[in-house]
Amino acid sequence: MSGYRLDKGGRIDRAVPLSFRFDGQDFRGFAGDTLASALVAGGQMLFGRSFKYRRPRGLLATGVEEPNALVTVDRGPGRVTPNLRAPSVALHDGLIAQSQNRYPSLKTDFGAINDRLGALFPAGFYNKTFMWPRSAWEKLYEPAIRKMAGLGESPKERDPDHYGATYAHCELLVIGAGPAGIAAAMDAAATGGRVILIDEQEEPGGGALADPAQWAWLAESLAKLAALGVTVFSRTTAIGHYHQNFVVAVERLTDHLAPSQAAGPREKLWRIRAGEVVLAQGAIERPLVFDGNDVPGVMLASAGRALALRFGVAVGRAVVVMASHDSGWRDALAMAEAGVTIAAIVDVRPAVSSDLQAAADALGIAVYLNHSVTGVKGRLEVKAITLCHNDDYLAHTLPCDALLMAGGWTPTVHLWSHARGTLKWDAAFGAYLPDTTVENLRAVGGCSGNWNYGDGIVVATLPSPKPVSKQKAFVDFQNDVKARDIALAVQEGFRSIEHIKRYTTNGMATDQGKTSNLNGLQIASETLSKPVTAIGLTTFRPPYTPQTFGALMGHHKDALFQPLRKTVIDDWAAANGAVFENVAQWRRARYFPQGRESMDAAVARECLATRERVGMFDASTLGKIEVVGPDAAEFLNRLYTNPWKALEPGRCRYGLLLNEQGFIIDDGVAGRMAADRFHVTTTTGGAARVLGMMEDYLQTEWPDLNVWLTSTTEQWAVIAVQGPKAREVIAPLVEGIDLSPEAFPHMAVREGAICDVPTRLFRVSFTGELGFEVNVPAEHGRMVWEAIHAAGQEHGIVAYGTETMHVLRAEKGFIIIGQDTDGTVTPDDAGMNWAIGKKKPDFVGKRSLARADLVREGRKQLVGLLTRDPAVVLEEGAQIVVDPAEPVPMTMIGHVTSSYHSAALGRSIALAVVAGGRARMGQTLHVPMPGGAIAAEVVSTVFYDAEGSRLDV
Amino acid sequence: MLLIHCPYCEEDRPEVEFVNGGQAHIARPADPSSESDADWEKYLYIRRNPRGRHHERWRHIHGCGRFFNAVRDTVSDRFETTYKAGEPAK
Repeated sequence: MSGYRLDKGGRIDRAVPLSFRFDGQDFRGFAGDTLASALVAGGQMLFGRSFKYRRPRGLLATGVEEPNALVTVDRGPGRVTPNLRAPSVALHDGLIAQSQNRYPSLKTDFGAINDRLGALFPAGFYNKTFMWPRSAWEKLYEPAIRKMAGLGESPKERDPDHYGATYAHCELLVIGAGPAGIAAAMDAAATGGRVILIDEQEEPGGGALADPAQWAWLAESLAKLAALGVTVFSRTTAIGHYHQNFVVAVERLTDHLAPSQAAGPREKLWRIRAGEVVLAQGAIERPLVFDGNDVPGVMLASAGRALALRFGVAVGRAVVVMASHDSGWRDALAMAEAGVTIAAIVDVRPAVSSDLQAAADALGIAVYLNHSVTGVKGRLEVKAITLCHNDDYLAHTLPCDALLMAGGWTPTVHLWSHARGTLKWDAAFGAYLPDTTVENLRAVGGCSGNWNYGDGIVVATLPSPKPVSKQKAFVDFQNDVKARDIALAVQEGFRSIEHIKRYTTNGMATDQGKTSNLNGLQIASETLSKPVTAIGLTTFRPPYTPQTFGALMGHHKDALFQPLRKTVIDDWAAANGAVFENVAQWRRARYFPQGRESMDAAVARECLATRERVGMFDASTLGKIEVVGPDAAEFLNRLYTNPWKALEPGRCRYGLLLNEQGFIIDDGVAGRMAADRFHVTTTTGGAARVLGMMEDYLQTEWPDLNVWLTSTTEQWAVIAVQGPKAREVIAPLVEGIDLSPEAFPHMAVREGAICDVPTRLFRVSFTGELGFEVNVPAEHGRMVWEAIHAAGQEHGIVAYGTETMHVLRAEKGFIIIGQDTDGTVTPDDAGMNWAIGKKKPDFVGKRSLARADLVREGRKQLVGLLTRDPAVVLEEGAQIVVDPAEPVPMTMIGHVTSSYHSAALGRSIALAVVAGGRARMGQTLHVPMPGGAIAAEVVSTVFYDAEGSRLDV
Repeated sequence: MLLIHCPYCEEDRPEVEFVNGGQAHIARPADPSSESDADWEKYLYIRRNPRGRHHERWRHIHGCGRFFNAVRDTVSDRFETTYKAGEPAK
């Protein structure tokens, strides 16, 4: 209970009291407080438990660098946010927050046993332990670790909030509204142009907010900026700098308000393109590393100062400052003047400037030069410290209830590094500073190193009579990394900071090493006796601070996550009970169950109806490309394996498309509508890819060809009518086309009318039955579909879905690109050499088909498989072996690509790719499965109507 | 996000409107059947991975749809220039 509210001072509004709850306990604060400042004012020094050792932890900082004081804020159902940094949570009336990583309570935590066993948990503990036996890992170690691990609890309910996103453009973007940022914005605004100034805190001002002497200047400057038209955003964090001054920032719009007053989006993502970016992010104070530096009540001097001067809160009734830097003295003096009792200033340096010494003397503050804190008494809060003289280690105890650390300053170079600006080591500053950049980017103020924080020295660890290996001296508070862990990593052979980081997890927590990176580097440098620059620096990556998924997703969720394409017949399918599946971005009817019919029963019924009578299928999702121009035939001839030039208008051809490497990538039927016009179809998923490939060749390889390409996928609705009764069904509806087999043979296309709307009527079959594909302008698709459905009633027509389509085509051995092929299958592998124009000198992929690897023996070839037990349906993707008795690892010679129960054949069928498959006809192969190997015979890929007699009925 | 100058639209547009098309100025041989296996392999698979100046293809896919070429510095990601397909390498 050491913190308390000072009688006066701070930027809080004492006229507006607020009440809130922390861990079920009532607290009071004022408008202008953060959760952290109000809790410290209420005497709460214990904020959480550490990640690994469950050590009690208090507030370290008052900015985003805070590693310890992570809280969960509960704003109602679905609005529970874990891992918020208490100093970054603005207080509002009724705020409800909980501490984390403790069970059953903050003061009594069972997991704290880890701390007593700390010696058993050195760096690399998880890598070294839990390796054996394997079963213990799955059953014992992993569940236990999972229970202990992690920060906070993931929200389990859907987030009901919505999140905005927008763009902004400006001549100058200033990131950080401290004195340096404000000055930069002011300069630019005076010369004109759009200027945006953003700052992550509740109000602009940065460091000036903790310095009442600057408040008048601050108010005046902000008024001036407003008058100059500068856009100033508070509560807005620049989380990343990307190419060409593209900065992404998140603005928090409602979290500072009581839930009842929050309206509109919770957060907004800003994508800002700026002519110039000025980084004015300031610097973060560095903790000192000594035994017990993590006891609640040990914090940064800058935090003690901000609490006193910005929030009117004293961190304790007897405060000691441990400094290696002048800024600690200045903070101590400012706090003393604000009414905080400074019990002592300890400085590791043998001497400081005389004016600091004189100022301390004038205020009657005890000063210990050439001394270090070597121990902290107290577990849940500081009770006293042990001081040692640096030379003789003469120790004495000093009672106090708060200890402030002033270890110097680390410029915030994160965004500079995002922009791939280089850094240079500045020995005087003891930090990396911005050096060069290719962007129109500059750093000013504290983050540039160009700011007078006073003099100081950099110490890796404070001098102590105790060896580092015996100290609980923390470097990374959030990830519980101690100085001795880094020393151990070095001792075990890690040399690069990138490796040391990953082995010890230093700097890998949600604070991304904001307070630990430099201390870690210094310790590694000292242990290795190598300069810091020889050890490197880990890379900063966005985001600068943790962000909500909501802000990053914006509107791209639910229906807007990915577009769902629907055909014009989709509504009919839905109304008729279709079960859907998504294919590429299309929603397609998979099958149409009647009543409580299972999928297998529905598919069997749809298959038999189509084979025996007639079925209809919505094929509108097929990709369609209109290829037009005097060179259209020449173009297709160069692209597809098949010959196109001799194809007569009114005829169709199955086209096979390879990539230049010789592998099948797409297929589809193309109809020649006129000498200079082709109606080309592609696979559903390949439409955009094929059009892109066509454009590529047309624009870059064959610009001499006079061809136009137009995607017509969504212009045509396609209704496949398949089965022996197909002609009879459509005949009464069709006008102007002679449907007789003589006039309209298989693989022909005619233009005419159906149901009084124009049609391109294809006589094609993906089922092996007599079939037509009725193409009509999309706006008529539903009407024509229903007319065909009505006309088909007397013939027993059924609507079928993609599952039946798959079975029917597999019975005929027709391949599906991407299912029976995988980008390594040549036409010969697929048994489709018949699709290659033998007289063609060239087509895309032809040369590759002659490469040694593509003509070698033993390539995987597409074959049919019939299981010995006709009731067994193989699993697609299952591996195939010759000898089921071979010990593991077995020699796998291929895999099942398609597998179904065939209603027409009354048994299962499968397609597979098998090494040297066509030479294995009649051979029995085996498919090892968990229940035992399944025997199957290699057969032809055509299971049904091998002679093709059913096409012409 | 990169800003890319489309030489057809003559505008700087954001990267999301474009797709990268790999290394530029690799012409498909006029008569592939006369290419040796080694030359054909080079055409298919062998690409530069320079540190610095790189010629590459881009397509303004969500704009004019045209393919064009660009010189980009792979270290800084800066575009030195972009130019229309068919123009000589810059």
